[in-house]
Amino acid sequence: MSQALLFSVFVVASCGLAYELIAGALASYLLGDSVTQFSTVIGSYLFAMGIGSWLSRYIVRDLIARFVQIEVMVGVIGGFSAAALFFLFVWLSAPFQLLLYSLVLAIGILVGLEIPLIMRILKRQLAFKDVVSQVLTFDYLGALAVSILFPVLLVPHLGLIRSGLFFGLLNVLVALWAIHLFRAQLPSAAWLRGQCLAAVAVLVAAFAGAGAATDFAEAQLYADDIVHAESSPFQRIVVTRWKDDLRLHLNNNLQFSSRDEYRYHEALVHPGLATLPGARRVLVLGGGDGLAVREILKYPQVESVTLVDLDPAMTRLFSTAPALRALNADALLSPKVRTINADALKWLEESDERFDFIVVDFPDPSNFAIGKLYSSAFYRLLEKHLAETGLAVVQSTSPLYARQSFWCVVTTIESAGLVATPYHALVPSFGEWGFVIAGRRGYAPPATYPVPTRFLTPATTPALFEFPADMARVDAEVNRLNNQVLVRYFEAEWRRVIR
Amino acid sequence: MKRRDFLGAASASLAAATLPPLAGCTTAPPLPPGSLLGPSPALGHRLRDGGLPAPAETLRVPVLIVGGGISGLSAAWKLSRAGFDDYLLAEMDGEPGGNSRAGNTPAGPCPLGAHYLPLPTREATATRELLAELGVLSGDPRAAKPAYDERYLCAAPQERLYRHGLWQEGLLPVHGVAAGERDQYARFLDRMAAFRRARGGDGRRAFALPMALSSRDAALRALDRLSMRDWLRQQGFDSANLHWYVDYACRDDYGAGSDVVSAWAGIHYFACRNGEARDVADDIVLTAPDGNAWLARGLAAGVRGRTLTGAAACRVAESGERGAGRGGAVEVDLWRAADGRVLRVVAEQLIWAAPLYLLPHVFVGNDALKQAARTWTHAPWLVANLTLAAEPETPAGAPLAWDNVLFDSPGLGYVVSTHQTLRQRPGPTVLTYYQALADVAPTRGRELLLGLSREAWAAAVLSELARPHPEIHELATRVDVVRYGHAMARPTVGFVWGGARELFAADRPRIRFAHADVSGFSLFEEAQYRGVLAAERTLQQLGVRFTTSLA
Repeated sequence: MSQALLFSVFVVASCGLAYELIAGALASYLLGDSVTQFSTVIGSYLFAMGIGSWLSRYIVRDLIARFVQIEVMVGVIGGFSAAALFFLFVWLSAPFQLLLYSLVLAIGILVGLEIPLIMRILKRQLAFKDVVSQVLTFDYLGALAVSILFPVLLVPHLGLIRSGLFFGLLNVLVALWAIHLFRAQLPSAAWLRGQCLAAVAVLVAAFAGAGAATDFAEAQLYADDIVHAESSPFQRIVVTRWKDDLRLHLNNNLQFSSRDEYRYHEALVHPGLATLPGARRVLVLGGGDGLAVREILKYPQVESVTLVDLDPAMTRLFSTAPALRALNADALLSPKVRTINADALKWLEESDERFDFIVVDFPDPSNFAIGKLYSSAFYRLLEKHLAETGLAVVQSTSPLYARQSFWCVVTTIESAGLVATPYHALVPSFGEWGFVIAGRRGYAPPATYPVPTRFLTPATTPALFEFPADMARVDAEVNRLNNQVLVRYFEAEWRRVIR
Repeated sequence: MKRRDFLGAASASLAAATLPPLAGCTTAPPLPPGSLLGPSPALGHRLRDGGLPAPAETLRVPVLIVGGGISGLSAAWKLSRAGFDDYLLAEMDGEPGGNSRAGNTPAGPCPLGAHYLPLPTREATATRELLAELGVLSGDPRAAKPAYDERYLCAAPQERLYRHGLWQEGLLPVHGVAAGERDQYARFLDRMAAFRRARGGDGRRAFALPMALSSRDAALRALDRLSMRDWLRQQGFDSANLHWYVDYACRDDYGAGSDVVSAWAGIHYFACRNGEARDVADDIVLTAPDGNAWLARGLAAGVRGRTLTGAAACRVAESGERGAGRGGAVEVDLWRAADGRVLRVVAEQLIWAAPLYLLPHVFVGNDALKQAARTWTHAPWLVANLTLAAEPETPAGAPLAWDNVLFDSPGLGYVVSTHQTLRQRPGPTVLTYYQALADVAPTRGRELLLGLSREAWAAAVLSELARPHPEIHELATRVDVVRYGHAMARPTVGFVWGGARELFAADRPRIRFAHADVSGFSLFEEAQYRGVLAAERTLQQLGVRFTTSLA
């Protein structure tokens, strides 16, 4: 009997540490700054365990039944913690950190209750010194086992969500085992067993991802259904699918959702290119997904498209994976398209080619390396590659969420001696998004679109160039290599956007 | 594994520091290859010890410049700009450039010594003229806020500090620093800003750069008679972090700690720079992947064909009567290590642009000058170039900057050679690590510096950099070590305004001293000013017309 209970201690301790690690890992994965995330999660978790231990004094009767119920609660809450956090982060604009710390506190309190209760149960059979010695030994052993298994086996093979569910299941199995061991002393064993079995069913269903799970659980699991994941030397590329929605994430930042990417890419390409009936040579910087190229290839007069993307893994993925090829209509395989995997800046420095239309589709300026691609030096270099009447279009982050960042890009383009024409479009998965057309001369929006479009119409086009009061121009410094103000604006502004 | 590497390297370097011959017996990880660079101490000692052969041939030139560092090159640059090309520049090493030379690694160029130029002050007119000539400064070189080529303006982030396991932006410690200390920072910076604007009773800037243009006000010169550290204490500054910062600044610019650097020199560091540029913060510096070598190359561009490298002055004698007709000449014997022969150059005018510590060993007569020259002390420096397969990672805290400083380190940190490149693709880079051996007296420092092998220094530098970057052992593919026994003059207490320096700064009829040593400290602007000033005085003496480059 006592051996069996000590084994439960081992399992319970493993689960307890696992939830802590999952919360810490998820927080650092989603929010970054792993040192802060891990120390605050571990700190709050240990503190909550202290609360649990203190609360244990108020449980005076039915120790075993309470223990079983606590196990079931830990199993369900802990088991679904990763899934819940992921779900909330990806799908809702809920205050993520509030939920994170509430969950950490709840699980910590419950886990804090476990060991004192087991010690009191065991006290009936063993001397106090043996109870303390053995329970704590197995407690720490369990923690050791998980701390090794977690990074080596569980996360790589099961992922965080399934690891969470797996440990939830273990907690509930401990409860079931306890019911079995103490069946003689439990008046309501059947009722407790029923609770356990229900929890097992939910957890197993969620784990298997089978149709038996509720829609809610299914949604949580599929939110994380990764169809492709790889780490290139430059970035982490993850493609997820939820029902018919394919999404590309680079370093955990959403790049597009197949449900509304046409809005983004039409807005990126057509307002500029539709005004250039003579455009023969087009350059795309970034945009290795081929979606902008797909829009460009709609224009029969375009003779060549040069795509310069840093990461060969991206262009390879988008010219081979069937679902992604379908999405970009095999744009990267077109004979008109020349793909070059190079540093955009270095390539521009070394090339002397000129283009009628240039699409600048870089990631948002979230670090100093990318910030250089939005600098006055970059736009001066870009200008040298524009044909006499050529235009460039620059994706310029959100004028709503990152208003000063957006207008900083506009100001910077102007500082390079180019005429900047800003506009915006609503892309539901991103929100309100901004672009800037740059040219040596003024630019007038097209009166018609010579190619088929799903989003843009001539009638609604003038509205794209109108900026409502909450996105209207604000003062911003010029983003120079030696000040990198854009990265600082961008960091400050996105930090204010609650995720 | 990484921790074991770190301990291994540290113990190897410790063993090396105490018992150099046994360094190989420890279980250190294999060291990356590399070479030992820097002025050859053997060559210097050969000159010091004398016994060289008699001159085999004699050459006559109107002007001889001895020393091809920034001051010698600047003198030649000014002579050439005035249309006067009858000069010869003798350089002891294989190539000119002095402390501003560059190295070449598989990961591209990197500095071997000096690596930046602050925005030139209003008075640093010669420096501005050079930058305009190189196309880096556009418009009027004497404008208040000229425009500089963006490629040479240090890209952001410019500097960061590693302290208590975390990188922060900027060099003044901020994390966990009490409000009282921060108030002291603000008060200190205010004081320095006031000194920057201050003028002496004679109307000159209190602290100008070139320093020769500074006020001679006795109240200001009195600051030369106490150490920077004592001045801080006297002014009520007791913040340990502020003291670290000021000491760091002194070691960085002068190769000596704030306990020996005079308060005049220490304040000069913070107060002399009033350079501004259009659209740029005032504290931005000019830099390039090869450090300051592009400036040395720019100065040397017009000197080609009139440079004699591998030629060390081993005897300098003024010959009043016998010389070249018009009232005497200077005989300079140049020893060429390549063939062991000595060439005698008889010059009407000599510009001595070599360090002054050489003077007592090679000058004949001139006892007063020799006596004065012996009062200089020179700081020994170590520079290590670590070629890395990739930039080191910064998982948390401020990202990699151009200048990366370690708190409480014997070293001054490192600069990143690829910082100015615009690449996105991760790739190899060179970290140039600097250490002034400032903890001990210069002679002891030189013994340490020259007594240890490349391997011992490389291991010590790797283990120091493994503190913030545990992966450095895996990343490093080469470690080249440069040793400078006499890297720079030290402006110690009483030295700047103590008299000896002024003796060399004064104009003389035949021999002019142009080295930055004459200013008491080694800055690009000082070396250039001394070189140009010596050239202009020489031109005047020779009756050649020129437009001055000086303020």
